[in-house]
Amino acid sequence: MENFKQKKFWQKWNLTAHEYKTICKMLEREPNELELGIFSVMWSEHCSYKNTRPLLKLLPTKADWVLQGPGENAGVIDIGEDELIVMKMESHNHPSAIEPFQGAATGVGGILRDIFTMGARPIAVLDSLFFGDFHDNRTKYLFNGVVGGISFYGNCVGVPTVGGETFFSNSYQGNILVNVMCVGLVKKEQITRAIARGAGNSVILIGAKTGRDGIGGAAFASVELNKKSQEDRPAVQIGDPFAEKLLIEACLELVKFDEVIGLQDCGAAGLTSSLSEMAARGNSGLEIELTSVPQREEGMNPFEIMLSESQERMVVVVKKGQEERVLSTLRKWDLDSSIIGIVTDNPGFVVKNNGKIVADIPVSSLADGAPVVKREIREPEVQKKINQLNLDKIKELDDYNEILLRLLSSPNLSCKEDIYQQYDHMVQINTILAPGDDAAVLRLKGSKKAIALTTEGNGRYCLLDPYQGAQIIVAEAARNISCKGALPRAVTDCLNFGAPENSDSYWQLVQAIKGLSEACKFFNTPIISGNVSLYNENDGKPIDPTPVIGMVGIINNYNRICTLDFKNENDIIFLLGETRDELGGSEYLELIHQKKCGQPPALNLLMEKKIQDFCRMMIEKDLLVSAHDCSLGGLAISLAESCINGGLGAEIELETNIRSDCSLFGESQSRIIVSVHHENTGKIIKFAQKEGIPIKKIGHVKGDNLKINQWVNLPVEKMEKVWRGKQ
Amino acid sequence: MKFGIIQFPGSNCDFDCYYALKNIIKVPVEWIWHKQDNLNGFDCIVLPGGFTYGDYLRVGAIARYSPVMSALTNFSRAGGLVIGICNGFQVLTEAKLLPGTLTRNKCLHFICKQQTIRVEEIDTPFTIACKTRKVLQIPIAHGEGCYYTDKETLEHLEQNKQIIFRYCDADGKISDKANPNGSLNNIAGICNKERNVIGLMPHPERSIESCLGSDDGRLIFESIVNHLKVNCF
Repeated sequence: MENFKQKKFWQKWNLTAHEYKTICKMLEREPNELELGIFSVMWSEHCSYKNTRPLLKLLPTKADWVLQGPGENAGVIDIGEDELIVMKMESHNHPSAIEPFQGAATGVGGILRDIFTMGARPIAVLDSLFFGDFHDNRTKYLFNGVVGGISFYGNCVGVPTVGGETFFSNSYQGNILVNVMCVGLVKKEQITRAIARGAGNSVILIGAKTGRDGIGGAAFASVELNKKSQEDRPAVQIGDPFAEKLLIEACLELVKFDEVIGLQDCGAAGLTSSLSEMAARGNSGLEIELTSVPQREEGMNPFEIMLSESQERMVVVVKKGQEERVLSTLRKWDLDSSIIGIVTDNPGFVVKNNGKIVADIPVSSLADGAPVVKREIREPEVQKKINQLNLDKIKELDDYNEILLRLLSSPNLSCKEDIYQQYDHMVQINTILAPGDDAAVLRLKGSKKAIALTTEGNGRYCLLDPYQGAQIIVAEAARNISCKGALPRAVTDCLNFGAPENSDSYWQLVQAIKGLSEACKFFNTPIISGNVSLYNENDGKPIDPTPVIGMVGIINNYNRICTLDFKNENDIIFLLGETRDELGGSEYLELIHQKKCGQPPALNLLMEKKIQDFCRMMIEKDLLVSAHDCSLGGLAISLAESCINGGLGAEIELETNIRSDCSLFGESQSRIIVSVHHENTGKIIKFAQKEGIPIKKIGHVKGDNLKINQWVNLPVEKMEKVWRGKQ
Repeated sequence: MKFGIIQFPGSNCDFDCYYALKNIIKVPVEWIWHKQDNLNGFDCIVLPGGFTYGDYLRVGAIARYSPVMSALTNFSRAGGLVIGICNGFQVLTEAKLLPGTLTRNKCLHFICKQQTIRVEEIDTPFTIACKTRKVLQIPIAHGEGCYYTDKETLEHLEQNKQIIFRYCDADGKISDKANPNGSLNNIAGICNKERNVIGLMPHPERSIESCLGSDDGRLIFESIVNHLKVNCF
């Protein structure tokens, strides 16, 4: 054992000398190689959150309707009448950057398991995707692979992919982001925990056999990508959606049985993390026999079996002597299963190989024993420089027709139909508002209730000001949901940042978490689950800091939902909220002027909330014909989208006391475009005045062209062609 | 009158079909596990959409060996009604209960969208509630929906009026532009010569309530119910 010390073996395992010392103290001896491997993955950032644990405590996680916050496989909220919504978002960035198809596919598979592990049927998937330069060949390969992988896996398991976002920026070149969110539905009495308790109870491994794929995936996710990362392709797992589909159905039968104590999926770090987490939650110990683990290949050693990330496996803890009902259900679904160990009442996680103990580690040391790493927090020196933007030096251009067409055809603003049509977004027949609107809406069968779902991320805003940028993504998600008539209720998040050892990246992380925390408190939308993905770098350069959130909102009567398309000639168009002289961090500024600088748009949380509340109230009173959030690309883009989707033109007159480019393409926050029947205009103005909401009549739905002042005059048909990329 | 829905491993529109029949059409419906080898007492069998056995080999190629399939063959020979939707259609062609095959979409990827189809024949148990040339809005969701067969079989299908649905535009016009997957002659659904077995790629169970964007799919299920009401008792 002295050998380890001499050779600094811990370095090979990405552990520090201090961490190695701590391990020796906890074990009261030196670890063997298997134990060291187990510590290595459990103490990786991916599993232990050692860099972020104290920060994550800042996030609001509680509300009357939150039944489960962070700590289980997914968060849970109560939506009334004994129904619960379960949700979680997770990143699969590094695997997807190396092997896009399988990386994205197994990303979907993993997040689905987090949901049905809770006893819930997965009812929706959303994806937030960030790629590098759109015109780059590698980006095209990655993009096609990721979309193909999501389509392959999601379609086969029969869970609709109902929304998400796709964004292209050089910042993600070499380190793409694939964040997948899953939402599930469960009756209150069937909610299940990932827990192991009751000495003598059986631990059963079900699903796929264990192979050599994905060994060290969690550790691989916790270092920076570089040119050599391609050699890590074996660390990417292979997905089998058919096996997953069988697991979903079988597990949803199992959770109805009283004999089932706990259910857990095998995700990052495979058996090691799933078993030790289950034991930790139950304050129990476990004893596992490796020869009982069904293996795909011959000659696997204990290390490979414990660390394999073979997909489509679950662990179920069943009452002693009552295994038969569980095993027969698994046989019905033609699923392999094997009793691999028992729960004990001593504190050890004991791994045996053919009866011989090969690892014996206190459960608590694995689950939350990793020493917290304190980092320096310092504002980057370049921050002040990138915040500089002098609008006087930005020329106001003349040909806005051409600029609008250019924006409409750009990768970030054009229609995403070619992507979401590759996803089955209708299966389970709940999708009443399909992808392409501000948020997706799913009805809940048997009632008039519906949920609205959206994801939101903006690396550019967060680069310019991570605190404010993070607040804006919460505000925009809530606005998307409110525009459909739903009340924002809860959030799940994925924090995609660079290496925490880099003080610039760490400062961004701290600021973003503070911003998220403030905004989520303000909107009363607790963060009930999520994950952290650090080390998003390529050849030493961190990505733009990109916190991504998924939000769920509740609608009591789905007949009242509001869509974004203009619907009737002569309807009056109003703008809720105010437009300011702001261009910082806008899509327009980067695309047309090649500048990524300035401050993100100002955000007044109080006004934002008032405007959203007002919008929902007007939808509930049935006074709005359409409502559409104003965000990326500004007012002109939102108007164009409402025209194109409705197949109708509009005549718009905007005030000229601010710059024309800010008017058209600035991304001032807290704005919603609504259209209203002519006879209701008086009512809506009166309500707005009463509530103190800035409201301006900006025009009406008319003709076949979108006309804005003397700046824009374009046939809707032409805009549509460009937007859909059909010319 | 009793409907049965076959559950193969990997079926994923089984619950949707069950919901549509039970809660919307309001007819008796029961599950049929793929290992079951007896279909006594059923009047209409539904093969739902999905990815049987993952469809890793060839769509429907393994499902056709499920124990239930020989029972289904006997059931159809005895005149029982069989409707295969999407993957169910693919399984029926693999089992040779319907001619031809479904191959990769012409665009080479999966397509999920609202689609218009035209009812070509109304003298089948599956379309009697429709008007001839009626345009229905029924979604598609498939990667392998391109109908293909040899020239001779295609001629027979046309002559025997076995082509029940064709992809069309919103006005009912049949054209290449309105063909989402490259199917021969815009074929979206066909029946056998005896007209008691039908397969179609569009999903009528997904257009069963207006909140889903269309309730045109009801016409197909209501046709079956109308037919059974007359012929069952």
